Amino acid sequence: MTTVPLEKVRPLGKARLSHTAVFWIGFCAIMALLIVAPLVLPEFWRRFLTEILIWGLLAMSSDLLIGYTGMISFGHSAFFGLGMYGAAGALIAHSPPNLWLALFFGLAGAAGAALFVAFFSTRLRDIYFAITTLIFSQIFYVIIFTWTPVTGGENGLIFSRPHLWLPFLYDARFTSTTMHWFVLAVVAASYLFLRRITQSPFGMVLQSIRENEARTRAIGYAVERYKMVSVMFSGLFAGLAGVLYALQNQFAAPDFVYFLTSGDTVIYNVMGGIGTLVGPIVGAGFFQLVRDLLSRFFGDQFPYLIPLGMIFIVMIIFLPQGLLGFARRWLNK
Amino acid sequence: MDALSHFLHSVPLDLFIIQTVNGIVAGMILALVASGLTLIFGIMDVVNFAHGELFMLGAYIGVVIVAMTGSFWLALTASALIVALIGAGLQIATLRPLIGRDPLNTILATFGVSLILQNFALWEFGPTVRRIPEPLGTSFTLFYLQYPWYRLFIAVLSAAIIIGFWLFLKHGKFGVWIRATAQDRIMAQAMGIPVPLVYTGVFAIGAAMAAASGVLFAPLVGVSHTMGLDWVLKAFIVVVVGGMGNLAGSIAAAIFISLLESYATIWVDPSQAVIVSFVVLILTLLFRPTGLFVSTPK
Amino acid sequence: MSTALAEAVTPFPAGSAEPLVRLDGIHTFYGKSHILHGVSLTVAPGEVVGLLGRNGVGKSTTLKTIMGLVRPSQGTVRINGQVTTGLPPHKMARLGIAYVPEDRRIFRALTVMENLRTGFDRAGVTDEKRQTLLDKVFKFFPVLAERRNQAGGTLSGGEQQMLAIARAMMLEPKVILLDEPTEGLMPRMVSQIHTIIDMLHAEGVAILLVEQNVPLTLAASERLYIIEKGAVRYECASRDVDANHPVIRQYLGV
Repeated sequence: MTTVPLEKVRPLGKARLSHTAVFWIGFCAIMALLIVAPLVLPEFWRRFLTEILIWGLLAMSSDLLIGYTGMISFGHSAFFGLGMYGAAGALIAHSPPNLWLALFFGLAGAAGAALFVAFFSTRLRDIYFAITTLIFSQIFYVIIFTWTPVTGGENGLIFSRPHLWLPFLYDARFTSTTMHWFVLAVVAASYLFLRRITQSPFGMVLQSIRENEARTRAIGYAVERYKMVSVMFSGLFAGLAGVLYALQNQFAAPDFVYFLTSGDTVIYNVMGGIGTLVGPIVGAGFFQLVRDLLSRFFGDQFPYLIPLGMIFIVMIIFLPQGLLGFARRWLNK
Repeated sequence: MDALSHFLHSVPLDLFIIQTVNGIVAGMILALVASGLTLIFGIMDVVNFAHGELFMLGAYIGVVIVAMTGSFWLALTASALIVALIGAGLQIATLRPLIGRDPLNTILATFGVSLILQNFALWEFGPTVRRIPEPLGTSFTLFYLQYPWYRLFIAVLSAAIIIGFWLFLKHGKFGVWIRATAQDRIMAQAMGIPVPLVYTGVFAIGAAMAAASGVLFAPLVGVSHTMGLDWVLKAFIVVVVGGMGNLAGSIAAAIFISLLESYATIWVDPSQAVIVSFVVLILTLLFRPTGLFVSTPK
Repeated sequence: MSTALAEAVTPFPAGSAEPLVRLDGIHTFYGKSHILHGVSLTVAPGEVVGLLGRNGVGKSTTLKTIMGLVRPSQGTVRINGQVTTGLPPHKMARLGIAYVPEDRRIFRALTVMENLRTGFDRAGVTDEKRQTLLDKVFKFFPVLAERRNQAGGTLSGGEQQMLAIARAMMLEPKVILLDEPTEGLMPRMVSQIHTIIDMLHAEGVAILLVEQNVPLTLAASERLYIIEKGAVRYECASRDVDANHPVIRQYLGV
């Protein structure tokens, strides 16, 4: 009994009042830092931070399934990719490119994929769920990769960025700073929303499914329906991350629909701390930072996934609560 | 009905037969990969995500040994042995510490292993596709094709390995241990069977089978560092469709799915033909989640 | 109360030789529930010891703890004086401890012969010895010889119990931990179990017998322990008590 099983490291959803205060103070402090960051960081790190936020959102969306409902998705690249291609389609088809149309079509694409996965996979558990989500994402990958006339096939799609247009308020070209703020606003809002979901009665049912699916069903909850809704939410937020990524980089490529994106998402979760929502963002940051440092020291050709893969395995064995869980425990000592 | 028969008649019989042979050949290799995967799942409750990478690693080791010695048969045996040792090492290092934890942890750990192996292969062997020359140069005429004997030979050899493995499970001392452990690991251990050793051994055997299939497959299409995912996905599908942990079911499912994919390539691009097996999996999960090729459990 | 009773009955004199099995102050938990609260007991070589108690007082857990199937949080298990606490079950089996669990747990898909093989397929068993072992077991249980190629799961309850004991005998054990062998068996089979225990005893195999069947236990064992709430409350020679003895009535009475 030296190791802590996955299910023991998850926090209870309940927060006491003092915790709430601490939470908001911490939240505001981190937000303040992230708002100021692009003003002081050089261009490279500004973009780097923005990307971490986007990957963090993707990871957070999958944490809703892994950490709360207890289902590991190996197919989040499909939602991410459809968000990306949906946004790309809207930006290419409509002239001038419109930010909100991109958002709408990106989310619609992700919702379509999520509906598909939700319908077929949620009656499956554990590894079956993991495998079918992976296979669904491969189906989307094969379609996108081979349907060249529409998706650009192997080469993907390139498009121009829309204006940052807030009706009646603001209309200007995106700069890397306003892009960062836009992404930050979306990610922060998504975080608060997901946090609300996980603490709501709905979120409690999800956690109860994770702890004991049979019992939850016996109490009278329609487990499948809850799972479907959680897959839908998860897929939508993953799609949102895809839209942000498309806006940031002005391209959509089949590589992002490929399994490796899903794999990275799972790694972010495990590294940061499953079932914490913030943890996956920390995990994404850690992963990207280590990766960047490794290629800085050893060159672009360095197989960074070898050391990162080893860290990942060591963490599963010795640090199943992830970096955030570890830090929490260490602070509480 | 009329449309269907018309559709079927539009496929020439010779093409149909060629695709049948191709499907069986591919199915036998897949059966060999999937038997290892289903064995590991059946005994250890571990879904080995790295199984495709063991297949790939076996193929690469085969490439290296063929380049060094020129002997295909040496490559086949040596690669299987080396990968068995690697598999045993991986099991001890990454899976043994996870015994007793949520089985999802083992998917994550083997996924980590697959990343490491895949990137190691890319680093070591580069992105270009490697090939092993076919060990039997001769071919025979199958309609308008010169069909290599080697392909038929693969099917026969894969079948021989599977039968040998089955006999070993049925009659060997370690085979009885494996089956006893699969049924009741606690009681097996109480009977003096060293279950941790059985786990490591099973993983090593599964890895060796994956490596052997990798070497057998290498002359057909070639070896690349990304081939693992395709194979592990196919093997997963086979294992689920055949009924988790059911050896005979996996073999039947491997041939069934490979035949379907092979027929599908008559009409569509091979990269799209994989969707056929995905669809079979989805239908299986929806209507017969215990597997197509098992009798309904009592 | 229990001390008064303890004085009323002469406890079995402790043997001078090192006991075969010896538990000292064993505490065992299942998750958070504390099952054993300091169990201490001994089994001498060749001795048949009964372990009586109501359902859920920790009798089976005691056997599992000896076998290494559950790890005690405190206390020591000794086999022939050697501390074995925390050893995995397969090492315990090699030390000569055989376990026949409550639900028998034969390997249902394995044939009778293969079930037996799990016991005799180990280092140091020559073909000759294997044959002697099989001959002995088939003499004990002729029905198993008839069904040697039949899957274990197709046997009747009584035959499965025989197979479970036969399988344990394949380990040439010094002691068999026998958990409720009569549970769910027909009365005719119960007396047969008694015979089997006597035969094993005559072979010099020690037995730690957990039972609900008080008359059988009193008749088959030489010494007995009564367990209540995870601890040994009483120890005596089996011949000194009968089913109506106040101690039995107190701890096991209906």
